[in-house]
Amino acid sequence: MDAVKTESPDLARRREVWAALASVVDPELDEPVTDMGFISRADVDDEGCVHVDFRLPTYWCAANFAFMMADDMRSALLALPWVRGTSIVLGEHMYADKINRGVAEGWSFEETFGEEANGNLDGVRRTFLIKSYQRRQEALIRHLLDMDMPAADVVAMTLLDLRILGLGPEGCELRRRYLERRGLTGLASDDAPAFVSAAGDMLSEMQLPNYLGELRRVRANAEFNGALCRGLLSVRFDMETPLARKCPGPRLAAHQSNQ
Amino acid sequence: MYRTKCGEDIFVIDGHVHYWDGSPANHKNVHGKQFIDCFYAYHSGLSPKEEVWPKEKFEKYDAQTMHDDLFVQGYDDMAILQPTYLGDFYKDGFNTTERNAELKAAYPDRFILNGAFDPRDGTKGLEHLHELSEKHKIKGVKLYTAEWKGESKGYKLTDKECYRFLEEAQKLGVKNIHVHKGPTIIPLNRDAFDVADIDDVATSFQGLNFIVEHCGLPRLDDFCWIATQETNVYGGLAVAIPFIHSRPGYFAHVISELMFWLGEDKLLFGSDYGIWTPKWIIDKFMAFELPDDIAKETGVSLSLTAKKKILGLNAARLYDIDIEAQKRKLGIANKVAA
Repeated sequence: MDAVKTESPDLARRREVWAALASVVDPELDEPVTDMGFISRADVDDEGCVHVDFRLPTYWCAANFAFMMADDMRSALLALPWVRGTSIVLGEHMYADKINRGVAEGWSFEETFGEEANGNLDGVRRTFLIKSYQRRQEALIRHLLDMDMPAADVVAMTLLDLRILGLGPEGCELRRRYLERRGLTGLASDDAPAFVSAAGDMLSEMQLPNYLGELRRVRANAEFNGALCRGLLSVRFDMETPLARKCPGPRLAAHQSNQ
Repeated sequence: MYRTKCGEDIFVIDGHVHYWDGSPANHKNVHGKQFIDCFYAYHSGLSPKEEVWPKEKFEKYDAQTMHDDLFVQGYDDMAILQPTYLGDFYKDGFNTTERNAELKAAYPDRFILNGAFDPRDGTKGLEHLHELSEKHKIKGVKLYTAEWKGESKGYKLTDKECYRFLEEAQKLGVKNIHVHKGPTIIPLNRDAFDVADIDDVATSFQGLNFIVEHCGLPRLDDFCWIATQETNVYGGLAVAIPFIHSRPGYFAHVISELMFWLGEDKLLFGSDYGIWTPKWIIDKFMAFELPDDIAKETGVSLSLTAKKKILGLNAARLYDIDIEAQKRKLGIANKVAA
């Protein structure tokens, strides 16, 4: 074991780290922090500690979202069985010091910010999870309608029907993303309706076009914000760093060739 | 004035311009630097490459440069000066009414001068509002709810103190309330960009118009919902409209949502000068057509009539500008096609 210990962390571990970070989304954009280019460093040291540096599109980005992302990264990494510790460092942000300290100490949001917060993040977290639910639902329903599934069938479908429906790769991904959020809106048993409103109400064929019109607003907003954030980030930082890419970059590839 | 290919003239009122000093000499602390740097990122991230300014020009430009960018190179006929004080970040303030008044004095027929208030200034602030009304006859104010002031890191329109100011504004005929929803920091556990307070005050103050700058971005979805229900809520297109260059697809989505939920009578063009300049934005906006799929889905049309309203007619209505009389004052009446 001693011999192994002196080697740099292996590729498999780095991949696991990247996958864990990719499970963390920006709450507002509903996109993985890895796709957004927020991660500027993700290293594993000999002790099994993971070091992550991240950055956001502006100095002024909402501090609660920044904290959520840092805290979610920490939890996702600590869920890996071999991880012995983490350091998550946010750079160039008005609340960087507070957030970095709170996350390092494993403090809750309220412990981190004290009087500046008058409650926990449950409310704001739920608001944005619901938006994410609506956006993912709209994308999936539109995909089904584009496949020429009649609207009457879409609204009548049960969750079991949806789970076993034959779909192509794009449809499978949309379904996976939607089902990840489906539990937010109540009963998710096999015979429950596949699609309900955020309030848990069933949809009708007649109201479907209007309903989708409302959800379209949520999608347009999130897509616009995503584009804005990417633009601002790329002005602020060098985006050519290897870890800013979607898949493991040259540093990992180089590492692999040495083995 | 913008002239269409058919020779029709369109009177342009730029709903959102600034005359700021963000130069290092004026920075009070690191936040002053970060604030102008953030603006510069918006500028360089969304402008066409050939329109990007050197940082020095962006930090501080003079009155003549601004006049020429708006009215000589640009198509603006008039522009509304919207102050942003930021006294905690800048020694002499960033973009105060007093500084803007210099431009108004130099080009009285070109500019509409707006004021500003901050409910946290209390009685002194109310006195200042009276003074602005008397001295400059202002018809509008710009409110920046995310402004830091001492221990406070922002406020809501529904704060008790803010109600007092809005009541006073209504009495004084300061009827156009431009609201910029920057990130309100405290309390930290709430959504920093929440637009729900606009819903509340728009219902309570029927004599006021609320022009929500940046269309409530990044909460366009919530904003559309509020604005549909309130007849006195408008959307200012600053920040949304420059996407017409870098991301025309997203712009098409955003403008069609706004047209669908608010309608063409409720939208105001704004360049957000010096973040962007009106020339290229208006060139692209006039040439812009909604893609068929989006037009079909939303059922809206960005017609010439709609564009005229957005570029000037809507703002003229809010600020009681008689366009024909204004053209004569500016000496441009003779350019109208026979």
